[in-house]
Amino acid sequence: MSFSVTETSSRVKWISGTLVITYALITMIPLVWIMMTSFKTPPDSISYPPKVFYEPSLEGYVNLFTTRTRVSPETLASLPPPENFAEEIVRNRDMVIAGPSKFSGRFLNSVIIGFGSTFLSVFLGTLAAYAFSRFKIPLADDLLFFILSTRMMPPIAVAIPIFLMYRKLGLSDTHLGMILLYTAVNISLAVWLLKGFIDEIPREYEEAALIDGYTRFQAFYKVVLPQAATGIASTAIFCLIFAWNEYAFAVLLTSGTAQTAPPFIPTIIGVGGLDWPAIAAGATLFLLPVMIFTVMLRKHLLRGITFGAVRK
Amino acid sequence: MEHCNVAEVELKNLSKSFGDQVAVIDMNMTIDNGSFVVLLGPTGAGKTTTLRLISGLEKADAGNVLIDGRNVDIETPAQRDVAMVFQQYSLYPHLSVKDNLAFPLRSPILKTSKSEIERKVTEVAEKLQISHKLNNRATELSGGEMQRVSIGRALVRDPAIYLMDEPLSSLDARLRADLRIELKRIHSELGSTLLYVTHDQIEAMTMATHVGVLQDGKLVQFGSPREIYEDPNSVYVASRLGLPRINILPADLFESMASNSGTIGLRPEHIAYGKGEPATVKRVEQLGDQTRLHLDFKGHAITALSPDGNPFAVGSTVKIQPENPLCFDDQGNRVAGSIA
Repeated sequence: MSFSVTETSSRVKWISGTLVITYALITMIPLVWIMMTSFKTPPDSISYPPKVFYEPSLEGYVNLFTTRTRVSPETLASLPPPENFAEEIVRNRDMVIAGPSKFSGRFLNSVIIGFGSTFLSVFLGTLAAYAFSRFKIPLADDLLFFILSTRMMPPIAVAIPIFLMYRKLGLSDTHLGMILLYTAVNISLAVWLLKGFIDEIPREYEEAALIDGYTRFQAFYKVVLPQAATGIASTAIFCLIFAWNEYAFAVLLTSGTAQTAPPFIPTIIGVGGLDWPAIAAGATLFLLPVMIFTVMLRKHLLRGITFGAVRK
Repeated sequence: MEHCNVAEVELKNLSKSFGDQVAVIDMNMTIDNGSFVVLLGPTGAGKTTTLRLISGLEKADAGNVLIDGRNVDIETPAQRDVAMVFQQYSLYPHLSVKDNLAFPLRSPILKTSKSEIERKVTEVAEKLQISHKLNNRATELSGGEMQRVSIGRALVRDPAIYLMDEPLSSLDARLRADLRIELKRIHSELGSTLLYVTHDQIEAMTMATHVGVLQDGKLVQFGSPREIYEDPNSVYVASRLGLPRINILPADLFESMASNSGTIGLRPEHIAYGKGEPATVKRVEQLGDQTRLHLDFKGHAITALSPDGNPFAVGSTVKIQPENPLCFDDQGNRVAGSIA
């Protein structure tokens, strides 16, 4: 038996591994349940006791993307054979597809607003963070504190002033309005996070570039940005997750053209009874973009979290 | 390299402070065409600030920098046509060695053609013996290779002056010795003007055509390394050069000293054995090529070099007498002085 201070024993590793896996399983149960529900038929989704093993169906997804009307059996019989699987599923419930639902439009709104505000937050945040990190700005500390203070109360606390302001400015229910709002909420996080990352990049790199014949902006673009990529990636993920999941302002300020997916998905409940598979299908699809984005930037994110903690 | 772009750099009454911290005070210096000037001084003496003032990375509070007679005060670092080698962090970590070397050539100021970039990068890489590493990422190099590349990044250009900020200080002793010789060779090949900052007296002695000694932001003496070593104008300057360090002792410690000086400076070669007054050998340091004696003389510690063969054992007594020591007044300034 050898004991090492720095290397954990296999027993400790085994126990901690079990703990982490157990925790991961517990936290993933709701997610897995939502995904499972999205592939159930409506009767299966509300059966008691709950079904863990069932025959998967795409009915939830079909219902999510379509609106349907009930027709009499005679009419149903007189129809030509169904053209695709979606029509077949719907007709099994004595209905026909009346048209597309609003889901894809709402989902697209989420994409535009989520990624738009993320881009804007990170773009402005990087420039501001660079300025705070490198230049002598009068009252820099006070300004930074002011920027941070915008997050010291829950944003929803100012919902009413923002609602009134947006109505006056004609920003209610517009993509631009929501992008600006989420950017305003995210920018303080972006500035603070990115300032930390840029502070870690030695000035010598830019100074070398300045002497090598580049302008300040070119030095920023060619030398600082590539090295801040890690910080920018992790900041972007945080911003996107917030903007993507935001519900309260979306309910308050959007209703039609700019409505995002979070306030839309629950409205499915009202349309044709409690259509749990359709809701679950909406939630599942809604998870995907953030998941893909995070997985794509995974390497940067992990490095980003530990970045700055360890000095090389 | 076919060079003709060498320049004279002149500093006129240059001053710079950071808040309350005075970095450079009223500095005047002329760096001649083609000379290798080393600024020597401890940390905080203003060496690096002087370099940064010349490069344009800092703006002077007062005074001017002239490059080839041209006042460059309002010019950006890029316009000043200087190349700089930094102490650390000098390579762009996201670029390959080749791209690092090509970086200055691709700048909007130089806009070098592709074939010319290729030619120059290859040439410099050969000169610095890093050709086989050109496609490596900058972060995959050893410390010595990194510093060679960053010197190379200065060499690919044809600047008016090369500025080097302790480029060897982060390297191990052997590499330092190798690169010292290499730098000296490059300088004599290029014939360019070079300003080099260090706190290492060996670098100053071996490479410089001129040494400027800095103390608290002031240039206290400027001259050839020999002059600075043999004829220092203060205790401070005398202590900068020489290994083992000069011994500073009260002048009246020896019976035979002139009375107009407050202290005397004894370099090892200023000590004659076998005559004068007795000292006790406290410690003997064998360094291979030389043997150092640590003596106790009337309660004062003296470091000296032992004659060949080291006839002195620890605890023994040896007679010593100063020979042509340097004399300083109470303020530490050099005064004429002699031994009777």
